[in-house]
Amino acid sequence: MSNDMKKITTPLTSEVLEDLKIGDRVLISGVMYTSRDAAHKRMLDALDRGEDLPADLAGQIIYYVGPTPAKPGEVIGSAGPTTSYRMDPYAVRLMEIGLKGMIGKGARGPAVIEAMKKHGAVYFAAIGGAGVVIARSIKEAEVIAYDDLGPEAMRRIVVEEFPAVVANDVHGGNLYEVGYKEFRKD
Amino acid sequence: MRTIPSTKISETVRKMCIQAACELPRDVSDALEKAAAEEKSPVGRDIIERIRENVRLGREEQRPICQDTGVSVFFIQKGCDVGVDGGTLGNAINTGVKLGYEDGYLRKSVVRHPLDRVNTKTNTPAVIHFEEVEGDKLTICMMAKGAGCENMSRLRMLTPAQGEEGVKDFIVETVKKGWANPCPPVVVGVGIGGTFEVCALLAKKALLGDLGEKNPDPILARIEAELLERINNLGIGPQGLGGTVTALGVRILAHPCHIASLPVAVNMECHAHRHVKVTL
Ligand code: SF4
Repeated sequence: MSNDMKKITTPLTSEVLEDLKIGDRVLISGVMYTSRDAAHKRMLDALDRGEDLPADLAGQIIYYVGPTPAKPGEVIGSAGPTTSYRMDPYAVRLMEIGLKGMIGKGARGPAVIEAMKKHGAVYFAAIGGAGVVIARSIKEAEVIAYDDLGPEAMRRIVVEEFPAVVANDVHGGNLYEVGYKEFRKD
Repeated sequence: MRTIPSTKISETVRKMCIQAACELPRDVSDALEKAAAEEKSPVGRDIIERIRENVRLGREEQRPICQDTGVSVFFIQKGCDVGVDGGTLGNAINTGVKLGYEDGYLRKSVVRHPLDRVNTKTNTPAVIHFEEVEGDKLTICMMAKGAGCENMSRLRMLTPAQGEEGVKDFIVETVKKGWANPCPPVVVGVGIGGTFEVCALLAKKALLGDLGEKNPDPILARIEAELLERINNLGIGPQGLGGTVTALGVRILAHPCHIASLPVAVNMECHAHRHVKVTL
């Protein structure tokens, strides 16, 4: 199953980003950041006030996740993706300051897709409901901001071979729009 | 009259919450096995294989298969010859949920008010539906219902003239509208008939049916099979990325209704279809 997987590492270079095409199965390694609704709102508020973000997002990936509490001895609890469209109102601004990748589940809105093309960023679909498999690829996790948000706190994570599929590429491709065509029967 | 101590009910519910989160029921894992063999898309097959591995690891390592451990929904069948000793049944269940979500390291996902949205930090209150039956047994059915799929559910009051075709079109349209958001492959729970609220309840209850069993109502069994084919022909596939397996099953319950009504409700459920049943 893993012979035609593309292995990529963060931060994402423009060469790697150019090469990724919709439908590519990837295994991602390196540092990423986690954030969902509430943490996104705080990041944008910080930008509005002219403050620095808790991390430099240039070339980086944000993973939309709110894990279960880690048991003693675990790096992180179950950690599958949450639905991405809720982060659409914030995503464009983060791409403007250099964010190059987002991981979540479900389709993105037109403004986000347009911004991915413009800023050369990619959206990866992770498997919704595969919380244990994904948690296993997370080797380190540390809360770096917004601790009071509990599962929604912002974390810096280090992943090894995190499995995902390229759903939107820098060329404007959208797997949610074309993926079904080959399998649809009227 | 037989009585059950409320502490025993709480302890049972505590264990059920943890089991539901970590162990996918057999009928669902069997359906996933079948799906893996049927899926034509390589990406889709890969996704289903990883989902199956996730199910296996959740069971073996007792870890929640999905991080959204849901709202705890209960269907209770209480025999008329059994009672609870030491409090109400509802309190006993809520105590069990509180304990289970804490002890099992499950995510607490309930807010105290839909508009001020402060987390209760206990995953309570649970949603509890009671039904009285003959006998002296207490049957507790628990479902951990995630929001990604629940949010894609819909209800429509159709006219009798819209009939079977109208019902089927509405169900297929609902799956299509949800696309990737309910984490396909999905399970589709349908309620037809009754009143506005009964119809919604039937749709949820329908999800509790065994996926491997045929509907005992021959009309509904035929419609379920037709719908499954139509839904899988949409090509949505695993996680909405294209493929031949969009749904693992369609389950329908029907109820008598008014001469002028035809309510239909669709309760969407994801492949992480977590439910447990215990009889005391
Ligand atoms: S829809 Fe189901 S599988 Fe997907 S994230 Fe929600 S609970 Fe988990």
